[in-house]
Amino acid sequence: MTDLTLNPTRNRLQSQNWIEKAGIGHILLALFLLIYPAMASDFFLTQIGGYSLVLGMIALSLMLLAGYGGMVSLAQITVAGAAGYVVAIFGENNSGVYGFGWPWWIYGPLAIMIASMMSALIGWIAVRTEGIYTIMITLAVATACFYFAQQNYALFNGFPGYNGLRAPEFFGVYWRDPVPFYYLCLANAVVAYVAVLYGARSTFGLTLQAIRDNQRRMRAIGFNVTAHKVFAWWLAGLIAGAAGILLVWFNGRISPGTIAVGPSINILVIAIIGGLRHPIGPFLGAVIVVLMQTFAIDLVGAERFNTLIGLVFLVIVFISPDGILGLWERFKPQEGRDNWRSFKKAANKSENQGRNA
Amino acid sequence: MVDTSGSHSNPLAQSQGMTRRQVWGIAVLVIAAVLIWMVFAQWPDWLNSILISKKAFLSAILNGLTLAGLYFLVASGFTLVFGLMRNVNLAHGSLYLLGAYIGYEFAEWTGYWLIGVAAGFIILAVVGLVMQILVFRRLEGDDLRQTLVTIGISVVAADLMLAYWGGTTYQILTPGWLSGAIKLPVVTAVRSNGTEVFLVYPFYRLVVLLSAIVIGIGLWLLINRTRIGSMIRAGVDDRDMLSASGVNVHFVFAIVFALGAGLAGLAGVVGGSALSVAPGEDVRYLLASLVVVIVGGMGSITGAAIGALIIGLAEQIGLVYFPTYGVVLTFVIMVVTLAIRPHGIMGRSM
Repeated sequence: MTDLTLNPTRNRLQSQNWIEKAGIGHILLALFLLIYPAMASDFFLTQIGGYSLVLGMIALSLMLLAGYGGMVSLAQITVAGAAGYVVAIFGENNSGVYGFGWPWWIYGPLAIMIASMMSALIGWIAVRTEGIYTIMITLAVATACFYFAQQNYALFNGFPGYNGLRAPEFFGVYWRDPVPFYYLCLANAVVAYVAVLYGARSTFGLTLQAIRDNQRRMRAIGFNVTAHKVFAWWLAGLIAGAAGILLVWFNGRISPGTIAVGPSINILVIAIIGGLRHPIGPFLGAVIVVLMQTFAIDLVGAERFNTLIGLVFLVIVFISPDGILGLWERFKPQEGRDNWRSFKKAANKSENQGRNA
Repeated sequence: MVDTSGSHSNPLAQSQGMTRRQVWGIAVLVIAAVLIWMVFAQWPDWLNSILISKKAFLSAILNGLTLAGLYFLVASGFTLVFGLMRNVNLAHGSLYLLGAYIGYEFAEWTGYWLIGVAAGFIILAVVGLVMQILVFRRLEGDDLRQTLVTIGISVVAADLMLAYWGGTTYQILTPGWLSGAIKLPVVTAVRSNGTEVFLVYPFYRLVVLLSAIVIGIGLWLLINRTRIGSMIRAGVDDRDMLSASGVNVHFVFAIVFALGAGLAGLAGVVGGSALSVAPGEDVRYLLASLVVVIVGGMGSITGAAIGALIIGLAEQIGLVYFPTYGVVLTFVIMVVTLAIRPHGIMGRSM
């Protein structure tokens, strides 16, 4: 019986071509995202497309921690902001403070490195406690960082922060132009998305999920729970750091307002609205929130946007804890239809079951 | 937990001359003596040069104590609610700010400051009750969703308060009998002609400190000496057993939530009179209550008092002696506490 069930699976895995491996949904999505610049205006390309991808990446780093590690963090924008400040200090700015003018290929990796180290540090503090404490501690860290950046003029240039940050020019392209910036964000987001998707199935990813489900048991088996969690934080920091660089290139500036409590809650809202089950959720949430942000002006006026987003968030938390993805899971007719391969697998399984019976 | 009474758990220690408790006792006595000397003695020049001046130092200490009183008022409700319901109420800062605005409105309307304080407490208690019944009871047992809901509420509340009261800063006026400054019997300096300069301090701030102490003692008595208090303590330890022994847990929850929210509202009025009321204060006091309960330990009134004392003093001393790094000091205290005692100074593992 084991032969019957195992062999076809193995054969099918071997005979799969890359289209089946990636899944039809992903391919359609990729095609759409690639030709999106052809049909979108500059505004839709940068303010909606690029910005959603950047916010989606920051929310993805939260999804990685919360969805796979069970650690809901409110400090992801702080990590992204750390990368942004590194860019401002070591790159060029026109605020007249620091701005060493290093080339992008030095300050970029440096920013990601510092952000990821900071994320690991926050994680190391936060994993000393568990569950609901994590949210409190990361919120306390994020708020403390915000106040520190606001008060400190020596390093963070206080309230005004840094202005005039320019994206670099290389290969003859200015990377803040709408189309290049969109593709730059898309490339980063795709790398992060694929990394999270496949990382979740790796040994480390599975261990992390096991720790989320039963920490005590994993510790008893002999896993170093703290090290795994801190490493997850470090990985999340890589994604958030990369997104932070894109964010300052997008805004052209970084100030304490970027890392305030509002934006940090915003990231959580994006991740929750999208759903924490699958890495696509944060991007979905980011698109929804950015669209709402842009068009809520017509609906409720620019002033009351926070009320609207807060109410949407409350409704989502109340009716569907897994966000839009959870709604989708609930209303689709049968299990495993979101991806072509699992559909075939389900069909295969029922066939096998029929044969065995 | 075990080694707090060192002399009993470790008989060997007695043969070494002093027990751990005696060492701690002597250390506390020495520190107290130094502090008393610093308050009443006339400072030598080297001390003045290190700590700027005696006046600056004592003002920082007094401001720290006042702020600690305020933080205690805000954080005690937060810690009570968490201890009983495992519900991290991240809308607690919003409750503080709403209390402050309501206190302002009532104080302006009636002309009596005390009515403003009472209104802040009562209306916020009702708001807390409504929140508990409409929101948290529906999501019972789901910590994360409860917390997320409080985040959503705080976002909406902050925006609606901004819409109604605008971005201007309000100041709740204290009545005449509370305002003004008093001379404390502490000499800060001696002029060249021999007259002594006494420390002058706003009377109202001392009242804040005093009321925090009174309310703290009241809470302690309520928790430790009354029937409802014993129910609350039992609920903190084991909610299910309390419910199984025939107590209406929802009733206890509602009371605690109303009390916690009411205290936040009261703190809003009291704090809004001492400092000011403006958008953004909600985040400030939310951070304060978070850090206070992380340091002091969740679910413990004594812990909230200790945490508030440490954080309040650290913040004000930091403000005077290293202005732009004051927040870092708070932060370092939090990290060190977490490293040594992950559940806070008075906290127990849940």
